[in-house]
Amino acid sequence: MMDILSLPQEFERYWQKLDCGFPRVAPIFADCMREAWTVLTNAGMDAYIDNARYLGKMGRGAEPILIFLEEWPSVAKSWGEDSLPEVMATVKRMAKSPNSKAIVPFLQSLPTAARRLHSQAQMSDYMVLVLDFMERTTGSVHGIHQTFPSPGLPEFFKQIPVLLHQLALVGLKNWIDYGIQFYNDHPDRQIEYFSLQSADSRAVLQRERHGTLLVDSERKLDMYMRSLWDDDDLLIPYSGDFDESRQPTPYYDKLGIRLPDVYQDDRGLSGLDRYRAALAHIVAHRRWTRAIIADNMSPSQRMAVEFLEDSRVEYLAMKEYPGLRRIFMALHPAPVEDACDYALESGVRHRLAMLSRAILDSAHPYKNAQIIAFSARFHDTMTQSDASTQDMADIAVSFVARTRLQSDNLPKTHFTDTVIDYRDDNRQMWQFIEEGDEEEAFDEERKIEPGEELKGLPPRHYPEWDYNSQSYRPDWVSVYESLHPRGNAADIDRLLEKHAALAKRLKKMLDLLKPQDKVRIRYQEEGSELDLDVALRSLIDYKGGSSPDLRINMSHKTSGRNIAVTVLLDLSQSLNEKAAGSNQTILELSQEAVSLLAWAIEKLGDPFSISGFHSNTRHDVRFMHIKGFSEHWDDEVKGRLAAMEASYSTRMGAAMRHASRYLEKQQADKKLMLILTDGEPADIDSKDGRILIEDARQAVKELDKAGIYAYCINLDPKADEYVKDIFGKQYTIIDKVADLPAKLPQLFISLTK
Amino acid sequence: MINIDQYKVHQEPFYQAQGDEVALYEAAYAARLPVMVKGPTGCGKSRFVEYMAWKLNKPLITVACNEDMTASDLVGRYLLDANGTRWLDGPLTTAARIGAICYLDEIVEARQDTTVVIHPLTDHRRTLPLDKKGELIQAHPDFQLVISYNPGYQSLLKDLKQSTKQRFTAFDFDYPTTAVETEILAKETGMDRELTAKLVKIGHAARNLKGHGLDEGISTRLLVYAATLIKGGVEPKAACRMALVRPITDDADIRDTLDHAIDAVFA
Repeated sequence: MMDILSLPQEFERYWQKLDCGFPRVAPIFADCMREAWTVLTNAGMDAYIDNARYLGKMGRGAEPILIFLEEWPSVAKSWGEDSLPEVMATVKRMAKSPNSKAIVPFLQSLPTAARRLHSQAQMSDYMVLVLDFMERTTGSVHGIHQTFPSPGLPEFFKQIPVLLHQLALVGLKNWIDYGIQFYNDHPDRQIEYFSLQSADSRAVLQRERHGTLLVDSERKLDMYMRSLWDDDDLLIPYSGDFDESRQPTPYYDKLGIRLPDVYQDDRGLSGLDRYRAALAHIVAHRRWTRAIIADNMSPSQRMAVEFLEDSRVEYLAMKEYPGLRRIFMALHPAPVEDACDYALESGVRHRLAMLSRAILDSAHPYKNAQIIAFSARFHDTMTQSDASTQDMADIAVSFVARTRLQSDNLPKTHFTDTVIDYRDDNRQMWQFIEEGDEEEAFDEERKIEPGEELKGLPPRHYPEWDYNSQSYRPDWVSVYESLHPRGNAADIDRLLEKHAALAKRLKKMLDLLKPQDKVRIRYQEEGSELDLDVALRSLIDYKGGSSPDLRINMSHKTSGRNIAVTVLLDLSQSLNEKAAGSNQTILELSQEAVSLLAWAIEKLGDPFSISGFHSNTRHDVRFMHIKGFSEHWDDEVKGRLAAMEASYSTRMGAAMRHASRYLEKQQADKKLMLILTDGEPADIDSKDGRILIEDARQAVKELDKAGIYAYCINLDPKADEYVKDIFGKQYTIIDKVADLPAKLPQLFISLTK
Repeated sequence: MINIDQYKVHQEPFYQAQGDEVALYEAAYAARLPVMVKGPTGCGKSRFVEYMAWKLNKPLITVACNEDMTASDLVGRYLLDANGTRWLDGPLTTAARIGAICYLDEIVEARQDTTVVIHPLTDHRRTLPLDKKGELIQAHPDFQLVISYNPGYQSLLKDLKQSTKQRFTAFDFDYPTTAVETEILAKETGMDRELTAKLVKIGHAARNLKGHGLDEGISTRLLVYAATLIKGGVEPKAACRMALVRPITDDADIRDTLDHAIDAVFA
């Protein structure tokens, strides 16, 4: 009760009113009051104390009241004190539901939310979002009383700083919706999602974030480097936003240039310009910096050399491209001269940042004689020549010597306005002669364990369309591609022999198949049209008495069938069934049909590929390569086709997306993807049958956008129910599966006529 | 009679030599060897030929080749007349008769069978047979054949036959070095060196992108256009965008990059 006695008179009344017995509240009360006093009105003070009292009496310990007392004044500064009723309404709703555990994290999240969401309107939206989240994830028995607390809510509040740092409210809402939609009935996964631990949680976050993503601007930045700097390297993104306290800086090494995965628009510059600034700085280092030996220098000397060398390469870069100055000026912090108290904290960084600013900005306000002198010395050196890294080292060492203070050794360093975030970490600037502890951190060689081999291709991830939320689930499906095992090629030849009569009929049709492009053939004695130019010339020759050219007609021929075809085979378990009215399995019939088709396409000379697929949940979609575009219809390919086997399920969308990667790259006027399947898309991990159908439909739309015509040959007599949804009009149902070998090539021929 | 004077180059064209090409050309002309000039578009090929014609004081007949051009477009043909037909010399024939320098611009654009008619003129024979007219022209002692082509946009289909290539001596032109190009712009448009140096820098930025989305970099000719626009009072950045960037690309990423280069150069 000592502290209470020392309270100023005017706070005494509030203390009485608060009526709080928690021993941890008393020591901080006076400080909170002082802060609140400057921010809140009288009425605001009363409301503040009233609500604190409510929180204290709520029966959830000292934590809520402590946080509220400490944080509310700063929150009120941003949102205004009249936002208090709405905030408290949210707290009360939580207290009445089973979610009272989330109150503390909620209160804790308020200051960050207030910093990020500036207006009261946004605050209201945030409250609505929170309540909606709570309602939807709080479990109930028999749908009447809510009994189980929302598992994700407390985790969510803990992640608010990270989330609001990266997302606008709309993005946050989408991210929440996604999590609730997929993990509402799975508490553990829900917690994982909302604590940003699961992969798709991060993936959705990545998708929803604002700012300029490196992946989106990679081509532009590549061009920027190539065209303005005549330099070229791999750009590798790193993620900086999951770790707020230690922001990594850009750097470069043997493998490429590392840049943050996203830049927000900031300080009046677009994210793209910030990338350009970081790149310009790194490229300038690569062009002008020669590594110098580090061993003789103290850490503070090294830091000074780095600052000056950064200034030098930027100076040279701006000499080349004066327009860069605007960008560098905007991004370079301008430390305030007396911001650092040299008696209490180490000002090494502060002085160097001031020097760096002074060098960049000739209109700097600094009065420090050393700063002015050294900035002049820098400019003198630079006007004489391009100078070298060593010259900068000389200036730096003398700067450190001249400006040294006793306080530089203090443990507390002044950091405000001294971090220049577009500059790299200068790791390439130093050469270490002696083994130290510093250089080991970089360039660690990745060792491949003996006996470790890379098997097959790494998986490719594809999104899947979710029709419920009308959005893609990013990186949802993993597709593994592999070469189909080989069997006996003679089997396929035998199949072809069996269909020799059919092949003969097909041959006739193939011969009739006229390609599309018309080409004019001139100088024909007989042709379809008179070639006027040539005819006139002949007439002149004739009148002039010399022998006329009789080849005055022209005709047209068609050439250049330009179609690329991919045949995609569904190899799911159901193919092992006997076809109705036949003693062969559907798989065998498909084999025959595809063999005939392949034979026919090869005859036509169109580039084509064959692949098969089946799936065992979204984590394991197998895509089997049977024939590539560059391979011919030879024994190797026939062998693979002969070994075809069927198992597992049909995740069609992912397979189509994967197949389109190859077909897209073909240079053909028309691209056709034939999908041979015997049933609807389905997989054992997908309860909702619609999802995979809608996903396949979306995949067809994507193919269409990429200029690929998807066509389905369906062997399921009941396919009418869904195939139209997926393929529109682009399908055929073959009821009598036994006819497939005859129908398939004919179908192809009529499609490409 | 043919008016030879019309083919003469009367005023000295501005040409900035990049090396010893002027002396080499004079040597080739002294021996009446056929000459081929290669190089990207707008690097000064045609200007060079024009300049040499002026320097040697010889008439210059230029033919721009296209894919519909036939042999008779070069050699000549009979025309219908009120009372029968009349022979009209083609440009190549005229040049061979009057002793001019015949310059076939972008020769690969012409059909391959057309280019063969120049063969007898380009070896020791120096003759041009006009088979339809039944005449064999012995080329005038001053006659010389010059062809140009741009190997940059060659497709496999558009290349000269070896038998044609091997009848020529050749110059390989490229965009001039920075210093020379700055000089050219300054002299051609009368603008100050500082500004022309900036234009050249933008030109280089674009040339670095050749093969990465651009078929051809910004040519010296376009740089001259930009300089001319600026000289005419257009704001430099706008002039550069109009004369340098918009003509060469429709690709949004390249356009952005080059626009940024303009902003970076003109601070």
